[in-house]
Amino acid sequence: MSSNSFAYNEQSGGGEATELGQEATSTISPSGAFGLFSSDLKKNEDLKQMLESNKDSAKLDAMKRIVGMIAKGKNASELFPAVVKNVASKNIEIKKLVYVYLVRYAEEQQDLALLSISTFQRALKDPNQLIRASALRVLSSIRVPIIVPIMMLAIKEASADLSPYVRKNAAHAIQKLYSLDPEQKEMLIEVIEKLLKDKSTLVAGSVVMAFEEVCPDRIDLIHKNYRKLCNLLVDVEEWGQVVIIHMLTRYARTQFVSPWKEDDGLEDNEKNFYESDDEQKEKTDQRKKPYTMDPDHRLLIRNTKPLLQSRNAAVVMAVAQLYWHISPKSEVGIISKSLVRLLRSNREVQYIVLQNIATMSIQRKGMFEPYLKSFYVRSTDPTMIKTLKLEILTNLANEANISTLLREFQTYVKSQDKQFAAATIQTIGRCATNISEVTDTCLNGLVCLLSNRDEIVVAESVVVIKKLLQMQPAQHGEIIKHMAKLLDSITVPVARASILWLIGENCERVPKIAPDVLRKMAKSFTSEDDLVKLQILNLGAKLYLTNSRQTKLLTQYILNLGKYDQNYDIRDRTRFIRQLIVPNEKSGALSKYAKKIFLAQKPAPLLESPFKDRDHFQLGTLSHTLNTKATGYLELSNWPEVAPDPSVRNVEVIELAKEWTPAGKAKKENPAKKFYSESEEEEDSSDSSSDSESESGSASGEQDEGDSSDDSSEESSSEHGSDSESASEVGDKRTAKRNSKSKGKSDSEDGEKENEKSKTSDSSSADSSSEEESSSDSESESESESESESRKVTKSSMLPVMALFVRERGSKRKSQIILSKEKEKKKTKQDRNPLTKDVSLLDLDDFNPVSTPVALPTPALSPSLIADLEGLNLSASSSVISVSTPVFVPVKTHVLLHRMSGRGLAAHYFFPRQPCIFGDKMVSVQITLNNTTDRKIENIHIGGKKLPMGMQMHVFNPIESLEPEGSITVSMGIDFCDSTQTASFQLCTKDDCFSVNIQPPVGELLLPVAMSEKDFKKEQGMLTGMNETSTVIIAAPQNFTPSVILQKVVNVANVGVVPSGQDNIHRFAAKTVHSGSLMLVTVELKEGSTAQLIINTERTVIGSVLLRELKPVLSQG
Amino acid sequence: MIHSLFLINSSGDIFLEKHWKSVVSRSVCDYFFEAQERATEAENVPPVIPTPHHYLLSVYRHKIFFVAVIQTEVPPLFVIEFLHRVVDTFQDYFGVCSEPVIKDNVVVVYEVLEEMLDNGFPLATESNILKELIKPPTILRTVVNTITGSTNVGDQLPTGQLSVVPWRRTGVKYTNNEAYFDVIEEIDAIIDKSGSTITAEIQGVIDACVKLTGMPDLTLSFMNPRLLDDVSFHPCVRFKRWESERILSFIPPDGNFRLLSYHVSAQNLVAIPVYVKHNISFRDSSSLGRFEITVGPKQTMGKTIEGVIVTSQMPKGVLNMSLTPSQGTHTFDPVTKMLSWDVGKINPQKLPSLKGTMSLQAGASKPDENPTINLQFKIQQLAISGLKVNRLDMYGEKYKPFKGIKYMTKAGKFQVRT
Repeated sequence: MSSNSFAYNEQSGGGEATELGQEATSTISPSGAFGLFSSDLKKNEDLKQMLESNKDSAKLDAMKRIVGMIAKGKNASELFPAVVKNVASKNIEIKKLVYVYLVRYAEEQQDLALLSISTFQRALKDPNQLIRASALRVLSSIRVPIIVPIMMLAIKEASADLSPYVRKNAAHAIQKLYSLDPEQKEMLIEVIEKLLKDKSTLVAGSVVMAFEEVCPDRIDLIHKNYRKLCNLLVDVEEWGQVVIIHMLTRYARTQFVSPWKEDDGLEDNEKNFYESDDEQKEKTDQRKKPYTMDPDHRLLIRNTKPLLQSRNAAVVMAVAQLYWHISPKSEVGIISKSLVRLLRSNREVQYIVLQNIATMSIQRKGMFEPYLKSFYVRSTDPTMIKTLKLEILTNLANEANISTLLREFQTYVKSQDKQFAAATIQTIGRCATNISEVTDTCLNGLVCLLSNRDEIVVAESVVVIKKLLQMQPAQHGEIIKHMAKLLDSITVPVARASILWLIGENCERVPKIAPDVLRKMAKSFTSEDDLVKLQILNLGAKLYLTNSRQTKLLTQYILNLGKYDQNYDIRDRTRFIRQLIVPNEKSGALSKYAKKIFLAQKPAPLLESPFKDRDHFQLGTLSHTLNTKATGYLELSNWPEVAPDPSVRNVEVIELAKEWTPAGKAKKENPAKKFYSESEEEEDSSDSSSDSESESGSASGEQDEGDSSDDSSEESSSEHGSDSESASEVGDKRTAKRNSKSKGKSDSEDGEKENEKSKTSDSSSADSSSEEESSSDSESESESESESESRKVTKSSMLPVMALFVRERGSKRKSQIILSKEKEKKKTKQDRNPLTKDVSLLDLDDFNPVSTPVALPTPALSPSLIADLEGLNLSASSSVISVSTPVFVPVKTHVLLHRMSGRGLAAHYFFPRQPCIFGDKMVSVQITLNNTTDRKIENIHIGGKKLPMGMQMHVFNPIESLEPEGSITVSMGIDFCDSTQTASFQLCTKDDCFSVNIQPPVGELLLPVAMSEKDFKKEQGMLTGMNETSTVIIAAPQNFTPSVILQKVVNVANVGVVPSGQDNIHRFAAKTVHSGSLMLVTVELKEGSTAQLIINTERTVIGSVLLRELKPVLSQG
Repeated sequence: MIHSLFLINSSGDIFLEKHWKSVVSRSVCDYFFEAQERATEAENVPPVIPTPHHYLLSVYRHKIFFVAVIQTEVPPLFVIEFLHRVVDTFQDYFGVCSEPVIKDNVVVVYEVLEEMLDNGFPLATESNILKELIKPPTILRTVVNTITGSTNVGDQLPTGQLSVVPWRRTGVKYTNNEAYFDVIEEIDAIIDKSGSTITAEIQGVIDACVKLTGMPDLTLSFMNPRLLDDVSFHPCVRFKRWESERILSFIPPDGNFRLLSYHVSAQNLVAIPVYVKHNISFRDSSSLGRFEITVGPKQTMGKTIEGVIVTSQMPKGVLNMSLTPSQGTHTFDPVTKMLSWDVGKINPQKLPSLKGTMSLQAGASKPDENPTINLQFKIQQLAISGLKVNRLDMYGEKYKPFKGIKYMTKAGKFQVRT
């Protein structure tokens, strides 16, 4: 023993070490004679000494060596007491390394670990946030159950810390505590709830992570934070983005209705093509009503779009899956480009992305077709990448590109990577079955491959040919003969088995060859593979049945061989076949049918993609990659039939928004319902906008709809004022119709409908009593929509727009009170959601406003561009009445002050097209000031103003100083009184004054308005005669594509796009900033290359000016 | 999320392990070794391997496998992207990322990993922030540290961590303020036997090296931004300015970073700057094959092509090759059958060529396919797509920085089928 230790002493060398060695001897002796251990122990002794020394450098050295041991996976646990003493070290690096050690070993040495706790508790109060944070990190990483209460307390405190960094760490600690003690769940959820409200981007990702880990089912915690998360998303760090996007995808699937419904609706529509016009019309109405995208749904889709440009592949993939799972089908296309870009990345990234593309490309070929060539295989790709690319190429193959692809495949077949070559052959087989035009070409090609020198290739070809022939068995005798010859040379069992099967199946077509093959096989039976043996048996059986004269003996011989085979499968099969085909006294009735059994028509195998069924996993998840459910995978729920109450996402502040709060609101229920009805109205008024949002809605459908709504208005005008009889008839019909339509809904709905009807009369009568001008016959007619429309006309003709809103709000409030009463009555019967829905249907009939009260998300153009503005607006629940977001156009700047005339001060102005913050009637103007001199310009302000009558101006705050080369943008508001008169004022600096003026283009005096086509027509109907100006434009047809027109019009004027049901008519709506009068622009395309431009407005002067401005723009090339 | 990380070298040794949650035994890597054996080549090891209780996600870079162990569902790209980021960070810290370097700096590696993940969730991955938390080892600093006893570990929270520009540290000071931008374009192409292009794409990046004092706000504009079909940005780039004005506006991180990667749309015809004439033939009867390739310039816009390297994976049947190059050097590895010819510069007057014979295995049949030729080359001072930077402006700081822009075209995955 001592000699042993002595040897080690010598190894370590040095006088001090010798002493240590002696010490070590005593400790080792009792433990036994294992040299290896003693060496470790002794070394550790040495480390202990260093840790106990007074010098930091020695300690640090020791800690570094210990960390090295940990890294290599060596056990350093017995140093625990020595290390833990240093936890309070002043030296930050020692401290950190001690932390590393603690986290690693605390679990094993719980009692000793407790010694360190007080240090952390002290550190949690440290003024340095980094120290607080790291103390919390380590404290929560020590997996010692005894300190759970301390951890809980620390987390609670840290979650209220001033430093977002500490709060972030608190969010991480939540997960750690939860995994240590799931009992704490309830308390932790409270902390999560609190942290979810945090406004810091730093915290957002971590807390959502904690949410996903601890309580992914508590979706209710997200509601209030949903919009905030959407808006913060771009600024969150990339890892947080991934987690948040995945969570929001799940959220969206539970909270919004499916944006894919249009497709179903279309089918419906076609089915009912022959129904009467009347019904048809209603049907269309109904179809449209159910779906308009919730603005929150749109918000999510829009705010994630810029992230497709992220450098982080995980973020891009997350956005891609979000689009795939929750956006309307027509918008999914934008992700393909970004996904293809990821293919440039590392092999591992490629692997995952290609898998996801493979799944997508099965369902939506079109998405990736333009990128076909990006999936061409390079010889340097790893095999797994090659096969995935092949998979995608197969999915993308169609009649148009198959010839190119086949040529490409030819190269692949020759590849040196034989595994890949074999996969290519499989692929060719699949293409051949999928695309009937090329089946023969493929088959010929494959037959050529049969003479290939490589066995794997030949074998694979045989297998594929077998499958192909099975699909079209006729007239391929030649190929079968060729393959029969191959049997002599080919050795791969699968291929041999395939050939045998093929010959057996077609034995009547090759009557001469088949028995000969059987003869050969009988000779080699014993040396064949099991797979082949089975097929020999099969072949024998089939031949016995068809050609027993020649093969009876042979078959019996084979059956005898099989009877004594080592494999029980083969023995089993032999017994079975013998009983079946060889008639004897024991064989039952079955043998009569032997031929039918063996030579039955067999269905051709389906050659399917292995990715076919993967789409039930959420894309981009681990489960999708593995094609099995991974632990902790959260199922993506199906879209709800009816959207849950969207008002839950309203944040408190918004509920207080002045417009919507009824004065006497007492019950908590009120705001919820209100929001609902409001959104329903929005749906109605924009019913056709859903079409324009998705290209998938077929043109014919749109046309239909446009027509039918025309019809309906005509009808209603003729029926206007007719008695209630016809109305109730309509009502009956409608009930029936609804029943047929809503299959998923319960029967009780019938009864409910009845109630609803009676209720309708209630509410509308109440309504009529509150509104003097409501038409007298509204009693039961109000259910018919056309009627309500016509009434609306009268309303709007009487009152200016703004006033109408006020009144309407009032009436709505009343109706809500009535409705809420009724609702309470019925609560026992019905569950809440369908009810609210119906209630709101009524609501909308009665109070359909002139134009939408809520800003519609502009459907057409690049939504992400306006995202920032929209994001802010939405959180305020779109308080800007009727003004929609402007369509984005490139900013046009005008020179206000040239730098030469401004002595180095240059000023430009432009119209940001946003509602002015300084006053309702003002146009907002942004001025960019540049200092081109080499010295400071001080005190820039606006001096004297020379404004025409009535014009007002809100100036910007004086700028103290502008650095050389500096630039600053300020905003101001000018009320131009709806005229194009010039606003002149003086721009002053400390030394100079410059006279400048701003003349607004007429198009900037407008604010876009969102309204439906229906409303537009109505308004237009009232603004005829004097109020209408029109002109004819002539231009080349390529300038009359919808996008070009839209582009040109919005470039000139700040108008909102009105969704149009007709291809040849484009409508735009706006109101003037000062007076709020409507400005309706219509571009109607005519035969040839002419178009009619019509402008309807009360403000005829502006109207004609706008007309003059628009005309040259539209007609120019 | 990420439970543990194992670093495995090509000979199958685990040389580093790190756990962020409770310890996972390293025996879990046995499943990985199994997969590695089955895959024969390192490249073919599947990136995701399921085991009964864990999932192993790995990346392979610099001949090291970085194997992450996870227990529950997590987006695989999340882990993979993170692992790549770890490798990038090591490279940034130590210059190279190799087994000996990691072993030498194991403490720094450990400290860095500790900061990058907390409980398996990424904490600080921006190299600017990490470098403030843990200073990269330099010889000078090691010497200073041993004398003064100071450490590599920062004791203040990096300011970037809390600011709206987390990628930049504050208090940056330089005596020479410089900003360099490299526009590097790579041509990915597959050229078929007859010399016609099957597919060609241009992928470009703009790498920047910015050493500017303070908090500069830069804008970079292009002469022809329409060329860029698909772009991805460093997080510092303001997306909205790009969307509206096609201008890159950003507060740069300090030091080297990739500002932008872009893709030039496939619709634009790609100029292929080189051509390869080849004559490779095997004959059935004889055991000798003929081999001859010539490389020449095609559409180079008057620039010289440099750094040309031709590589080709010869079929297994080729035993040896006796070749004579007209310039440059060539090697043939009879084990891996890899032929590599370092050509250097192409002189249009005297085109480089490589001629000779291949000796084939006697008796073996001739290979069905001729080998593919992979090409590497560089063209300085040229962006093949025609992209041009218009100007670079700086706001927010007073000094005049030195600005430089360099263009380069390289071959990406450039293959010629023969």
